[in-house]
Amino acid sequence: MRIVLTSVLVDDQEKAQRFYTDVLGFVPRADVPMGEHRWLTLVSDDDPDGVQLLLEPDAHPAAKPYKAALVRDGIPCTSFAVDDVQAEYKRLRGHGVRFTQPPVTMGPVTIAVFDDTCGNLVQIAQQH
Amino acid sequence: MDLDLLFRALSDPTRRRLVDELAERDGQTLFELHVRLITWHGASLSRQALSKHLQMLEEAGLVRTEWQWRSKHHFLDRAPIRQAWTLWLGRHAGHDRAEPIEESAVTLRGPRTARPPRRDGVKDRDNKRRDLR
Repeated sequence: MRIVLTSVLVDDQEKAQRFYTDVLGFVPRADVPMGEHRWLTLVSDDDPDGVQLLLEPDAHPAAKPYKAALVRDGIPCTSFAVDDVQAEYKRLRGHGVRFTQPPVTMGPVTIAVFDDTCGNLVQIAQQH
Repeated sequence: MDLDLLFRALSDPTRRRLVDELAERDGQTLFELHVRLITWHGASLSRQALSKHLQMLEEAGLVRTEWQWRSKHHFLDRAPIRQAWTLWLGRHAGHDRAEPIEESAVTLRGPRTARPPRRDGVKDRDNKRRDLR
C-alpha cells in the first residue's frame, strides 16, 4: 500500500487551481471531467511523480461546516514542506496571501499558517 | 472587576502558561496556542480542554477574542491584573525596597500607619510590571 494522493476540499475548483498553481507554484497533473466537477490533481514542480494533491469539491453538506470550524480555530487542513518558511512567508505576503500565523519556531520546526482562499487554512513547515 | 473570577482563572498552571504564551506573542489562534503548549510544556491536553481554559480566561477579562477574517484570535488583556493589584494585591505586597517611595505619595495619604502605604498612580505602573514577573 502506498500513499499517492491527498486532497483539500475547495469551494471552487477553478479558483483553487489558480491559487495552488499561480501562487503556491504546484503544477497540473490530472484534469478529467467528472459530471459537474473535475478530477483535478496537482504535483510539486520538482517531484512530478510524487504524491498528488486532489482539489476536491466541498459540495457535500457536511464539508462546509467542517471547514469553517477548523478555520475558526486556526487549524490547517494540510501541511506542505518548504526549505525556508520566512522566505515563503515574504513571497506569499507579496501575493496578498493572508496569514493566520506568521512563522513561529516550535522546537524542531518552523511553521506558518495561511488562508488558501478556498475555505481552508494551510500550514507550511520547515524542518531544522 | 471580579477578583474571584480573576484569581480562579489564574489558579491553574495551564491557564497561567496561556497568559505567558500570549504575552510572548499576542493574537494567537487556538491551534497555535495548542501547538505551543504541547511543544514547550509537554502538555497533553485536548483542544476542547484548551478551549475551556481560554473561556475561563475570557470570563475573567484576561483574554479577549477578535475575529480576523474567519479565524478567532486571542489577545491578552492586562487590565484585570493591574486592577487586582490596585484593589487588593498591592496593598498586601508591602514596599518594593529597591524602589524609592515618593514622599508625596505617602504624605498625601496622611500620617504613616502600620499599614503598608497603597501605591497607585503613574509611577506605579513600572513597579507593577516588574513585580508581576
